[in-house]
Amino acid sequence: MENLKALSYELRRDVMDIIMAGKAGHIGGDMSVMETLVSLYFHTMNISPENQDDPDRDMLVMSKGHCVESLYAVLAKKGFFPLEQVLKEYSQFGSHFIGHPNNKLPGIEMNSGSLGHGLPVAVGMAIGEKMDGRSARVYVVMGDGELAEGSVWEGAMSATQYKLDNLTAIVDRNRLQISGTTEEVMHQDSVEERFKAFGWNVLSVAGNDVEAMNAAFDEAKAFKGAPTLIVANTTKGCGSPVMENKASWHHHVPTQEEYDQIMKDLKEREEAALHE
Amino acid sequence: MNKISNRQVICEVLLENAKTDKDIVVLCSDSRGSASMTPFFNTYPEQSVETGIAEQDLVGISAGLAKVGKKPYAFSPASFVSTRSYEQAKVDCAYSDTNVKLIGISGGVSYGALGMSHHSAQDIAAFAAIPNMRVYLPSDRFQTRCLFEALLKDQKTAYIRVGRNPVEDVYEEGNVPFEMDKATVLCEGDDVAIVATGEMVKPAKDAAALLLEKGIHATVLDMYCVKPLDKEAVIKAAQNAKAVITVEEHSPFGGLGSMVSQVVGAACPRKVVNLALPDAPVITGTSKEVFEYYGLDAKGIAKTAEEILK
Repeated sequence: MENLKALSYELRRDVMDIIMAGKAGHIGGDMSVMETLVSLYFHTMNISPENQDDPDRDMLVMSKGHCVESLYAVLAKKGFFPLEQVLKEYSQFGSHFIGHPNNKLPGIEMNSGSLGHGLPVAVGMAIGEKMDGRSARVYVVMGDGELAEGSVWEGAMSATQYKLDNLTAIVDRNRLQISGTTEEVMHQDSVEERFKAFGWNVLSVAGNDVEAMNAAFDEAKAFKGAPTLIVANTTKGCGSPVMENKASWHHHVPTQEEYDQIMKDLKEREEAALHE
Repeated sequence: MNKISNRQVICEVLLENAKTDKDIVVLCSDSRGSASMTPFFNTYPEQSVETGIAEQDLVGISAGLAKVGKKPYAFSPASFVSTRSYEQAKVDCAYSDTNVKLIGISGGVSYGALGMSHHSAQDIAAFAAIPNMRVYLPSDRFQTRCLFEALLKDQKTAYIRVGRNPVEDVYEEGNVPFEMDKATVLCEGDDVAIVATGEMVKPAKDAAALLLEKGIHATVLDMYCVKPLDKEAVIKAAQNAKAVITVEEHSPFGGLGSMVSQVVGAACPRKVVNLALPDAPVITGTSKEVFEYYGLDAKGIAKTAEEILK
């Protein structure tokens, strides 16, 4: 099996190149959510360029759409489009590789960008899959700052009303948002207790540990009768001390010097992972 | 007087089609009674989804259902679905290009005495401004049936507004000229062109009859398709007339009047007078009382026509 820990650092380096090429991107969240996406696309989900039109495929809604650069890196690695195309076209005039997911691109199911939309949409998908008796699973990735949107809780309510055990939601709990910590801006603790109160099966795991994420997704698949929420406890900017846990790196574009240091740090972690 | 409301007809059409088309799904936000959809929920519970009082959820869930191949029809009072869930309509339906039909029930001032929170005088403007969103206001029960039979055949999103109460027939059973996205010409005359939509079509038609008694000849267009607007029909009607009147149960801004004025101004400049609700909270009353007060009834429309032709 592929070394997914090493892959997570390799793909972070692709994210760095995408952001440097487009001179834009939400780098902090891109780095925190990487293991979630790597686990989804390389361990958990039944999805590939070959079955992307198959009604039985698993589906992801990237509700924290601003972290699209990490999704581009993962989808490119998965073969949906070449990384070179992303590097050339991202944020350029007339491009479909924009700063939020859009379904004119292969591998992207739903457009997002405005926060709080993904969970209700995923609920609709999961209800539809159940209506048709398909075994496909639906995944939705949200940010923790996003949980301040009321529509998230409308979706949370309906997911348990309809007993959507084919739905898994992930909260990228990096505890930072653009203006500061989530607890300063709008308190979210405890995300776990809140979702439990809505009737969800809740798992709280080390979100930058890809094996922990794999195990959590496996457990969610096996759980019956209610949707599962995985609280992925992550570090914003995970991958280099230059950017880790800094709210100012929410959408900072690295200087050349910062880029060089981060790439070096990422390469070191990748090498270390390969030799574990 | 007809006793069947347009919303009841929508339920009939969906009930008929859901028998063979298992992808039809009806969604309500604690609004199945107001939407006349209780028979559908009772007959096809497995094709019905209740979201509770949560319009954002209603529209988001509809988009997700459409994404996996369903044909969702989401019903909620027009006042709420056009504002509370506006962003879901924009992003999850129009931008994501999902086949969601949004039905605004009790549209316009249907909820007369309930106040501005329950009036939808902005829905045409709001939805027409969204790329890839269509806007339809059928005029009577017969046209409502034709429209929904046509909508069932397409795969794109749309907003449809209907009122709460039964409205007088514009057409006759068995004689309902209807072509999708083409205005219906109710009568032709070379003095004034009256372009109306939704429940304003009947008073516009009656106004033409009143005008004819005075020797004034009017063209009346039933513009149930506000977007895409049938521009050809507007231009043709305007070219043959001395002036144009638009009539709508909507704010004076951004609705049918604005759209017709744009077309006429660019293609064949004529005087255009927009009859609409005021840019203010609407006076308390039944729909009939409100329409009479603001000159949106047959007499008011005819009076406006006479004045501008003087």
